[in-house]
Amino acid sequence: MSDLRDLYQEVILDHNKRPRNFRILPEPTHKADGVNPLCGDRVSVFLDIQDGIIKDIAFQGAGCAISSASASLMTETLKGKPVAEVDHLFDAFHDVVTTDCACPKGLGKLGVLAGVRDYPSRVKCATLAWHAVRAALQQRQQPVATE
Amino acid sequence: MSAPQSMSTAPAHDATLDVARIRAEFPILSQKIHGKRLVYLDNAASVQKPQSVLDAITDCYSRYYANIHRGVYLLSERSTTAYEGAREKVRAFLNAASAQEIIFTRGTTESINLVASSFGGSTLQAGDEILITGMEHHSNIVPWQLLCQRTGAALKVVPFTDAGELLLDEYQRLLDSGRVKLVAFVHVSNALGTINPAKTLIDLAHARDVPVLVDGAQAVAHLPVDMQALDCDFYAFSSHKIYGPSGVGVLYGKQALLEAMPPYQGGGDMIRLVTFEKTDYADLPNKFEAGTPNIAGVIGLGAALDWLNALGLAAVAAHEHALLEYATAQLSAIPGLHIMGTARNKAALVAFTLRGAHPHDIGTILDREGIAIRAGHHCAQPVMQRYGVPATARASFAAYNTRDEVDALVTALWKVKELFE
Repeated sequence: MSDLRDLYQEVILDHNKRPRNFRILPEPTHKADGVNPLCGDRVSVFLDIQDGIIKDIAFQGAGCAISSASASLMTETLKGKPVAEVDHLFDAFHDVVTTDCACPKGLGKLGVLAGVRDYPSRVKCATLAWHAVRAALQQRQQPVATE
Repeated sequence: MSAPQSMSTAPAHDATLDVARIRAEFPILSQKIHGKRLVYLDNAASVQKPQSVLDAITDCYSRYYANIHRGVYLLSERSTTAYEGAREKVRAFLNAASAQEIIFTRGTTESINLVASSFGGSTLQAGDEILITGMEHHSNIVPWQLLCQRTGAALKVVPFTDAGELLLDEYQRLLDSGRVKLVAFVHVSNALGTINPAKTLIDLAHARDVPVLVDGAQAVAHLPVDMQALDCDFYAFSSHKIYGPSGVGVLYGKQALLEAMPPYQGGGDMIRLVTFEKTDYADLPNKFEAGTPNIAGVIGLGAALDWLNALGLAAVAAHEHALLEYATAQLSAIPGLHIMGTARNKAALVAFTLRGAHPHDIGTILDREGIAIRAGHHCAQPVMQRYGVPATARASFAAYNTRDEVDALVTALWKVKELFE
């Protein structure tokens, strides 16, 4: 089980069981849905953006432990960040879950998802919520898909 | 040898399979995955291939391969004989009346699309209805939706019980609209394991002169099917789910229907005479086999049917049923595990959810234990919606699976619980 613990770290199991910011924002400035057509996982993200800053961010949805924990950790990381940093943070996070690079400081606890890099079929689970955030910022009406 | 036609008239095979000997015929099964013995329980998605099938394909390519039907040289004649020999094997396996009723396609999906496009496209019109069931695979939903969009016909759906059994009263009620022009249903559900009462469903449709297509993808490797006894109008299945290679499928169709239908695709091999003004089409089955087919794949399917006939489908069915009963009992004993699909007549697959663990996480953890199962919606999203779950985990069995492998599955599921509770 030791190698599985690299993937399913305590922080991930905790965020899966008790996801943070798991709610609906009643009046979001931005929102979008993300779907993973392979597994049917769905996530909706809600953002409240004021003066270029993410004042509040929340999500809803049903997914596996990796996608739920990733969405939960993402909301913690992005809250209070300038919108202008989102693309950069997504790229950095994508590198964390797909390459051997070290986790940059700005990503906070998201480094616990580095174990995903050994499970290529699960990278889409880890990045689903991020795709949805990017779609929300681009004001896309159609749900964004990981495929 | 001819195929068993039903459980009762199957040739006298020993009811118990020599599973150790069967396993030795599957080279892929002897490997380790993540250092653990491979336990392959994703047979409803695709079945592994015995050595005799691999040999038949290699033999074709290394000894007698050439394009079929038109060659006047020896290799082409040999390839043609082997290819048409496989068609006769399929005919015998299905107990179809004529080899002309056997069309080779790329798979179940293409077989259904062929009927939707050719039969549906030439017979349906606005106001007509197509009747399917609530437990169809996407491949027996989407082609009909496309047809409905083209023709203005409407798609109607037969509901099923919590156990996963079709509501026959509802089926009859929907047929009674008088507008149904085609019934299409899955013989064995890939998401629930339900074996639908095919003969009853076909007879009820025929009582109203409605033709019937049966999606047999999950049926043919697990229970004997007989076209003349069932009296269905179309029957579709895939080679890769019956120990043959992927990329090959079969469409059985009644000769009179196939003869009346327009071609599905145009091209070589499906013509009698082509001029720029007009084309006369070839006779069955070539009319529906445009272009060079998957020659070695079809020959591999023939070898797979030989292999399965030698085992005896009745013996395979009995072995798999025993595994199903054992797995159902063992899995039911795990607290928080819920089995989806508990039809009285069920094929050897168990779809389940486990409290606190998403099926994808179950799939990943089992993989680390060397166990291959499927996790997801199984291309049957309406079934998931029916039960209000996003996905399930599914273990499905074949002739080579053992009780030890069920035990390995159960042990691994306890590890999943340990991690997520």
